Amino acid sequence: MNKSHRVPSNRSLSAVEVKSKFGAEFRRFSLDRSKPGRFDEFYGLLQHVHRIPNVDLLVGYADVHGDLLPINNDDNYHKAISTASPLLRLFLQRKEEADYTFGTNSLTRKKNTVLSAVLLRPDANRKKPPVLISLPRDFRPVSSIIDVDILPETHRRVRLYKHGQEKPLGFYIRDGSSVRVTPQGLEKVPGIFISRMVPGGLAESTGLLAVNDEVLEVNGIEVAGKSLDQVTDMMIANSHNLIITVKPANQRNNVVRTGGGGGGGGGTASGSSGRSSDSGASYYGYSALSGVGAAASAPSHIIQNFPAGELESDEDDEDLVIEVGGEAEPIRRTLSNYSMPSLPRYEPHLNLRAASALSINRRSLEEEGTVITL
Amino acid sequence: MKRFRRHGQESQRDRLKQELFQFNKTVEHGFPHQPSALGYSPSLQLLAIGTRSGAIKLYGAPGVEFMGLHDENAAVTQVHFLPHQVELVTLLDDNSLHMWTLKAHKGLSELLEIGRFTLTGPPGAPPSVTRVTAVLAHSSGELLLLGTEGGHVFIVEVPGFRELEERNISLDQVASSVPDDYIGRRNLEHVETLQENPVDPNQVVIGYGRGLMVIWNLEKQQAIQHIPATQQLESMWWTEDGGHLLSSHSDGSYCRWMAGGEDMNEEEEEKSDIPYGHFPCKAISKIIQLPTEKGPPFLLFSGGMPRASYGDRHCITVIHSKTHVALDFTSRIIDFFAIRGGPQHTGDPSALVVLVEEELVVIDLQTEGWPVIQTPYLVPLHSSAITCSHHVSAIPLKLWERVLAAGDLQSKHYSKEARPGQKLPLQPWPITGGQNLAPDPPQRDLLLTGHEDGTVRFWDASGVCLCPMYKLSTSGVFHTDADPNDNMNQGTEGEWPPFRKVGCFDPYSDDPRLGVQKIHLCKYSGYLAVAGTAGQILMLELNDEAAEHTVEAKVVDLLQGQEGFRWKGHTQLDVREEPVLFPPGFQPFTLVQCQPPAVVTALTLHSEWKLVAFGTSHGFGLYDYQQWNNVLVKCTLNPSDQLAMEGPLSRVKSIKKSLRQSFRRIRRSRVSLRKHHVNNAAKLQDANARLEAELAEMELAPVQRKIEARSSDDSFTGLVRTIYFADTFLSDSSHNTPSLWAGTNGGCVFAYMLRLPAAERRTDELVTAQPAKEIQLMHRAPVVGIVVLDGHGAPLPEPLEVAHDLARSPDMQGSHHLVVISEEQFKVFTLPKVSAKMKLKLTAVDGSRVRRVGVAWFGSSRSEDYGESGLVVLTNQGDVHVVSLPTVKMQVHYPCVRREDVSGIASCVFTKHGQGFYLISPSEFERFSLSARYLVEPRCLVEVPFRTGSATQRRPQPDGVSSAHRITTQDGEAAESAARRVMEHALLNDEKVLQEIQKSLEGEQTSLLENNVKNAVA
Repeated sequence: MNKSHRVPSNRSLSAVEVKSKFGAEFRRFSLDRSKPGRFDEFYGLLQHVHRIPNVDLLVGYADVHGDLLPINNDDNYHKAISTASPLLRLFLQRKEEADYTFGTNSLTRKKNTVLSAVLLRPDANRKKPPVLISLPRDFRPVSSIIDVDILPETHRRVRLYKHGQEKPLGFYIRDGSSVRVTPQGLEKVPGIFISRMVPGGLAESTGLLAVNDEVLEVNGIEVAGKSLDQVTDMMIANSHNLIITVKPANQRNNVVRTGGGGGGGGGTASGSSGRSSDSGASYYGYSALSGVGAAASAPSHIIQNFPAGELESDEDDEDLVIEVGGEAEPIRRTLSNYSMPSLPRYEPHLNLRAASALSINRRSLEEEGTVITL
Repeated sequence: MKRFRRHGQESQRDRLKQELFQFNKTVEHGFPHQPSALGYSPSLQLLAIGTRSGAIKLYGAPGVEFMGLHDENAAVTQVHFLPHQVELVTLLDDNSLHMWTLKAHKGLSELLEIGRFTLTGPPGAPPSVTRVTAVLAHSSGELLLLGTEGGHVFIVEVPGFRELEERNISLDQVASSVPDDYIGRRNLEHVETLQENPVDPNQVVIGYGRGLMVIWNLEKQQAIQHIPATQQLESMWWTEDGGHLLSSHSDGSYCRWMAGGEDMNEEEEEKSDIPYGHFPCKAISKIIQLPTEKGPPFLLFSGGMPRASYGDRHCITVIHSKTHVALDFTSRIIDFFAIRGGPQHTGDPSALVVLVEEELVVIDLQTEGWPVIQTPYLVPLHSSAITCSHHVSAIPLKLWERVLAAGDLQSKHYSKEARPGQKLPLQPWPITGGQNLAPDPPQRDLLLTGHEDGTVRFWDASGVCLCPMYKLSTSGVFHTDADPNDNMNQGTEGEWPPFRKVGCFDPYSDDPRLGVQKIHLCKYSGYLAVAGTAGQILMLELNDEAAEHTVEAKVVDLLQGQEGFRWKGHTQLDVREEPVLFPPGFQPFTLVQCQPPAVVTALTLHSEWKLVAFGTSHGFGLYDYQQWNNVLVKCTLNPSDQLAMEGPLSRVKSIKKSLRQSFRRIRRSRVSLRKHHVNNAAKLQDANARLEAELAEMELAPVQRKIEARSSDDSFTGLVRTIYFADTFLSDSSHNTPSLWAGTNGGCVFAYMLRLPAAERRTDELVTAQPAKEIQLMHRAPVVGIVVLDGHGAPLPEPLEVAHDLARSPDMQGSHHLVVISEEQFKVFTLPKVSAKMKLKLTAVDGSRVRRVGVAWFGSSRSEDYGESGLVVLTNQGDVHVVSLPTVKMQVHYPCVRREDVSGIASCVFTKHGQGFYLISPSEFERFSLSARYLVEPRCLVEVPFRTGSATQRRPQPDGVSSAHRITTQDGEAAESAARRVMEHALLNDEKVLQEIQKSLEGEQTSLLENNVKNAVA
């Protein structure tokens, strides 16, 4: 918990070193941490130091977690200045050429850039709206309801994005019994239920899960017939990207579907915007397509419509490797993208990440689960 | 089209899987848990043991074993062989009788239940009328006499269980003829015992609980003689000549009665004696007397000790002429019998077989001093609680013989045992029934068990019999509270009763710190590393001569100056500073003492490099046992991990302590908040949430589990779970170097590059270790196994294996791969550049976690030269899986252990050829096999006994019979019962057994750690 590491002692506390990159060019300057000024002044300053007075810019910075976050108003500008440690790294782009995106899952998002480039044609932005509203993709996702189109209305599939969060997942599960309608009539069957929400936890803050909701699936695997401990272990093993299908105790807030798009076939037709980023979870809809190749090779115990290929595709679950060569540089990272999961693919950022990793105190790094103690 | 082709490959693969893998539970080693009945057939030479969980086990010559299980989950209270037949009758707690037979099928015998029977009394009769208390298998082989609580004797025809009502001996019939002056005549009480006259099968004696004994003629259906004893009857014995009856009583007395002709209606007791008299004595529960060819008979009885001074002893007294010994056992006596010599088993008593609750003891009655004969099976594995086990396959003959030789010296005070392949034992194992038809084991396998008292026992695990070979004690190196000379031979001169301690069951450990936690044996060099509870690692070397030297402790500080540490656990063991005399066998030559002295959690030995690596909850170290020099120490402790810092949790975690800990944790988080995040509202909220969660945990809430991602703050993340040596490509792909790998509970893998001096300078130059890599698994699950695969995808051979031409040298051309097995997934990485290549998720998919893992080679059952390597895995759900290498694909999975059987799962050990062992009770290993090629299972044949006419003259007890009465029943008229059942089922269905397992588990260090891991997760 030694925060003093954040600001190296030989530097002035008040000055923030800024390294700004536009194209291949770098500019270095410093700002007063206590008096950062307003965003439009800062924007003008950037145009000035890069000598690009009339170019529309997207301004991004690398935060302590290595995520690329936008600077487009006073608030996030001040946040960027206050958290810079010690260096504030900026990345400037022409708005027309924007090819990377902000957020945690920068890497996955990249797949969408073709789409987003089409949707966000620069000429559409030519006429600036009076109030600048950030795009959804500029925010870190916390949770989502997914697969609405393929699930029964009484069920809800919730995805919790733990990664990069400091909040605990924050809920408990218990054994219980639920009543099912079977051909033989009503039958009591054992089930797993949410028993408690931790105040301030991720689960509570989403509002999508509640006490006494019955847990039906964890990341696509049915929990029926599994013990409480097994389900606990499954949830913890999937905690970085937990998808829980529940039958909410309160059935009054269900999403009411329009049209008749239910069933398995609906997956391909509807939900075009919501699901592209949730491909890892919406395997039902895709299993018919992508599962052909992968399912055959999946081990028998794995549910067949959960393609093995997607098991391998979760970049969130990549390990960190540190090479400690005797004669090599102190930290040499493997160039493979396996080792740097949360980083965007471009090189400057990677260097930056390595640098910041060293300077940030150990505790907070461990909490993020990205870097090891050296 | 493509699909078809794939389908073809799949089915081909399926066929191959069938040739490679096959799951069988083959045999149970060790001593049955909670035995409750003993039976013996002199004609078959078979011993039968019934247990409280309803199992029946038969043993003959070493390797001849049968198991059966009653469907009823009731204790077996009596076992009786039908004389001269292959049938036996069992009586259960629920008053049911069961008929079992050994049926030959394809040249092998099988134990099958062929009938069951429950006595039905007249309508309206109380249940006591038919409650069976005594069973006599009549020598005719056709009749079963059943004495009941109500005092009646029912006669039943066997094996069909047909009631012969007209021949029943009712209480009224007997009572009417009881002499009027007999004081107990109003209530004779239950039938305590039934005995047949050895010379006249028509005469039986009925012993009633109140003391009356009635000799009854079965043919004439009338009483011949009444023997009016007035003490509560415990047992009876009819001497071999038929002339006398012995009765034993609850007051510790026994009486000898004349069993005269029919004319003598009343007979005074000839002789009465209270052997340990003067003061009140406990009952003599069983008495037998056996004649000798020339000289006085043997008198054997159990119990009868003076109540006040020795009432708690478990004794059997043996009296032969002037020799009088009270054999003093360490656990309760269930039953005993004597084996007689001679071709018809009618000669002098040769051995006394005693079944006590925790072991089977056999005493040689022919050799002077009555030594104990070491049993080749039914050995109590738990004479001190088992704390770990280690299996070594394919032991070289040289080492095998040296270990055997060392073991033989230890069993000097025993009578020589009949070990297979050993010549001229003085007194062979006296139980020799059946033929062992199992082929000789293909290789010599050793199972090493570590025990709570600091001993390591070496077992011959090659075949069906788990034979003890050698016992190593590590406690001699240390000062312990107990005086080493105070056990066993205490017997002071002139002591009365003349006690002699027998048996090896000794559950009381002198010092729990001596407990053995990890063992590693190099089968080529004879080096052995033994690590214990108090952070001690002993290096031992096999020496055929006794030697006396001091063992110096080398202290290794695993904390590496980590601050804020308080070790609150046990202290390290004190090493003896004076020279210690070590007997031939494994002798310690160096001791590494970890500081803090926490339990050693990982251990490995590389005999080629002469290095030993070890890990605890604080870190790991590497020790050069050639130069006696510490090469490397790495602290893996997380400074926020208070639990690891403070030492092991006490066995019973007091609520006070847990409250204190919780508040301390809360306070700590608050303090840190105040320091650093005063204005961070989110953090505050987070801390509040944690506080609330902590408080909620303290309440006795319904069972619920917390769902939280693992963090580095979890307890025991630094605990080293596995440690591994490999000669592989760590830094570049052209030069392989020795390396050391360690995996922690927090999902971290450390790799070190080792530099070894050239062989000729090995003694002078230092071995060095450099950190090379660290891998943090993102899912942070504990790393339980590390394996390096060579260029062919095969696991690297063991050290010295290649040098001894026993393994193909690893492929150093192709690229090597690293397999990291965590509790949740299997992951393959490339080397030297560590990047993930393949993985197999387990927990995320089915919620089970890896508990035990081993590397095994599976040979095809169809083609001699085809085989595959694979990972053998036991999960916390009790399933075994085989995972292919190098492709990490699930091959097969079978349910193996019950998931509730936590200690069974924790005790599992795998062999290198796809077999495994796990504890089904504190005293028994179940052996299972996953390999279709290698299978160790009992294959034996028991033939219907062959009899000659001469036997009619001198008959053995209890199945003396003239051949005229005998009918052969080998054609087994009754229908066979269902398929063979597996014992373990019964054991674990027993609620009490489960509880006991739980209890023993709580005391176990390793499982404690696992529990902690589990708690940290939950």
